Amino acid sequence: MLCTAWGNYPKIECKRYKFNTIEELGEIIDSKSPLIPYGNGRSYGDSALAHHIIETRQRDYFIDFDEKSGLLYIEAGVLLSEILEHFVPRGWFLKITPGTKLITIGGAIASDVHGKNHHKEGCFSSCVKEFEIMLPDGKIVTCTPKDTPNLWRATCGGQGLTGVILRAKIYLKKIESKYIRQTTIKTANLKETFEAFEEYSDMPYSVAWIDCLAKGEDIGKSLLMVGDFDSDGELDYRLKDTKTIPIDFPVFALNSWSVRAFNMLYYGRVKEKISKQRVDIDTFFYPLDAIGDWNRIYGKRGFTQYQFILPKESSFEGLQRILKEISNSGKGSFLAVLKLYGKANNNWLSFPMEGYSLALDFKIESGLFELLDRLDRIVVEYGGRIYLTKDVRVSKDIFEKGYPNIDKFREFREKNGMSGVFESLQSKRLEI
Amino acid sequence: MSYVLIIGANSDIAKACAREYAKNGYDLYLALRDKDRLNDFKQDIEVRTKRAVKLLELDILDFNSHQGFYNSLDEKPLGVISAVGYLGKHKEAQKSLKETRKIIDTNYTGVVSILNIIANDFEKRRSGFIVGISSVAGDRGRKSNYIYGSAKAALSAYLSGLRNRLYESQVQVLTVKPGFVATKMTEGMDLPQRLTAQPDEVARDILKAQQSGKDIVYTKWIWRYIMLIIKAIPEWQFKKMSI
Ligand SMILES: Cc1cc2nc3c(=O)[nH]c(=O)nc-3n(C[C@H](O)[C@H](O)[C@H](O)COP(=O)(O)OP(=O)(O)OC[C@H]3O[C@@H](n4cnc5c(N)ncnc54)[C@H](O)[C@@H]3O)c2cc1C
Ligand SMILES: NC(=O)c1ccc[n+]([C@@H]2O[C@H](COP(=O)([O-])OP(=O)(O)OC[C@H]3O[C@@H](n4cnc5c(N)ncnc54)[C@H](OP(=O)(O)O)[C@@H]3O)[C@@H](O)[C@H]2O)c1
Repeated sequence: MLCTAWGNYPKIECKRYKFNTIEELGEIIDSKSPLIPYGNGRSYGDSALAHHIIETRQRDYFIDFDEKSGLLYIEAGVLLSEILEHFVPRGWFLKITPGTKLITIGGAIASDVHGKNHHKEGCFSSCVKEFEIMLPDGKIVTCTPKDTPNLWRATCGGQGLTGVILRAKIYLKKIESKYIRQTTIKTANLKETFEAFEEYSDMPYSVAWIDCLAKGEDIGKSLLMVGDFDSDGELDYRLKDTKTIPIDFPVFALNSWSVRAFNMLYYGRVKEKISKQRVDIDTFFYPLDAIGDWNRIYGKRGFTQYQFILPKESSFEGLQRILKEISNSGKGSFLAVLKLYGKANNNWLSFPMEGYSLALDFKIESGLFELLDRLDRIVVEYGGRIYLTKDVRVSKDIFEKGYPNIDKFREFREKNGMSGVFESLQSKRLEI
Repeated sequence: MSYVLIIGANSDIAKACAREYAKNGYDLYLALRDKDRLNDFKQDIEVRTKRAVKLLELDILDFNSHQGFYNSLDEKPLGVISAVGYLGKHKEAQKSLKETRKIIDTNYTGVVSILNIIANDFEKRRSGFIVGISSVAGDRGRKSNYIYGSAKAALSAYLSGLRNRLYESQVQVLTVKPGFVATKMTEGMDLPQRLTAQPDEVARDILKAQQSGKDIVYTKWIWRYIMLIIKAIPEWQFKKMSI
């Protein structure tokens, strides 16, 4: 069977294993390793890919909910969308959510995902009270930051390389509306964009769409969108039917002209410098989920997302150089998302640090990896790093420069018998 | 009255139906052979939806227990969904009457036995819905599974007659004809991905068809047309084919 993740690249031959009981899982780990857990395949690259994968999506039971504290106890295969479907109408929302609701709890922990409120609330692990994980020897450990700090630091952000997460307790947050009051700020260049981020840094949610093909003076022009939940008591939330893209688009559909046209339209649509909107949860947090398998617009060859972060001090200079490089290359994406992050946490492989992150999609084509290699060098030169859950091609050298705790992680894996048992294409490439 | 009774509740399709109905505000009676197997699932639905879930023991092959089972429900259900089924080992059934009877009795006789009892009650009170999960396999007999197929054909004919009888009493009868569905029944089979439904998709189709008063629903919908074509092949041709 061919397996792939969200980028549709690479596609590899693989065997998928499902388990009905804990004993079955133990046997699979025992007899089929090396293998890697697979959640809902929303990572872009090869974090969840290996020749043997363990599917966790079908482990989707809700176990308990405490109305007082908002503590929800669920299995690791539950999708964020299932939580929203049942809990938004009751006035609860996720404390931390990425830009898609179609990921599993296991995937959220394993990538220590973050959202538009990273500058306020941090990564997903900060809403997790504890999780249960099966280790290579078949033992199930309840992991908390206090009792098993190293396992916690290794697993949150550890890309499935420490074991199979089975269940978790996470805190939800109270909301009084399914609507968000959004303010959109149109900026003319990178300097203005940075200033706007700072000016609105008190807003709980913020993110900017940046026009990557802008040149010269215009480099860095963006739409910054900030917002917070309304309080009108309107909680009638239902999952919408998604539109689907029935076939892979032909490759030529996505040349730089169509991207340019898209960016211009998006940016041009907003007339005023500052405008206000009232939008619902799906529009604000999950605009891309409205089209089911939008990844197919990139055609059969697939695509990748390049996401890096630079420390705040060097962000301005670094981003200018990188944006110039991208703009000159004529390659670029529908989507380029810029965000100011808050402080880093202690997890060894978590991506966020205080600074600016940019994420862009590129279709796989000749010359792309050379461009990304050039960008990598600029990223590390300014002290930045690459997000593993999006990555499919970074070199070991560049990766290591960005993650100073990698050797602690490696040592921990070695000591606990995890290396060689849990391996992905990515972990092999990077010798994690 | 707020309960929907689901028979064969440990089936993957049944579980998806249970979630779908609970989500839409119904309480549930879940009937299965070994009720302890759904303790965690009961809790799952209660945490998700706050609906009431009751687990009940029922073996569809224990015909004599059926009346007592139904009598024991304090509050009679609004409607019933039967997902009981057994694909069986066809090769073995060709040689063994025991396996043949197990296939026929599980898919047909047993389901008829319990639905007769429920239909009488619904007819008397003049309300309710009855959903029977049959199969496209009942639309035409094929060499690879015609014993299962013929039991499903009989079930489809039964449901059609029942619908005809209960029309006067405003009781809805819905025949569900799934094509391929990814469940434990088909685990390990190499099914064509585009024609294979997930259980939650089937459950959504069932709820929608039931709520809009339909008689027959194919799921995925494309199977209606696939079966139209398969049924249109003349018998002299069909007998030579392997499909
Ligand atoms: C449209 C879109 C928007 C996104 N936006 C954001 C964003 O804003 N912020 C962000 O941080 N990320 C974002 N992502 C990335 C996504 O949140 C992560 O890749 C997430 O980990 C995917 O979860 P999944 O369940 O699909 O897991 P998969 O993609 O299947 O797996 C991802 C990793 O998690 C591991 N894993 C999965 N389940 C388990 C388990 N039970 N136990 C142990 N390890 C496990 C896998 O081994 C793998 O390493 C986005 C992705 C998409 C497609
Ligand atoms: N999967 C498909 O491709 C497909 C296609 C067309 C139609 N269908 C039909 O869809 C329905 C649901 O099947 P499924 O796919 O969800 O498969 P499934 O999980 O195997 O469901 C069949 C269910 O029938 C139950 N059952 C069998 N014998 C029983 C008995 N004596 N008493 C009580 N319950 C009994 C089984 O109980 P246990 O769980 O206890 O074994 C099981 O839960 C079946 O009627 C099937 O024929 C399925």
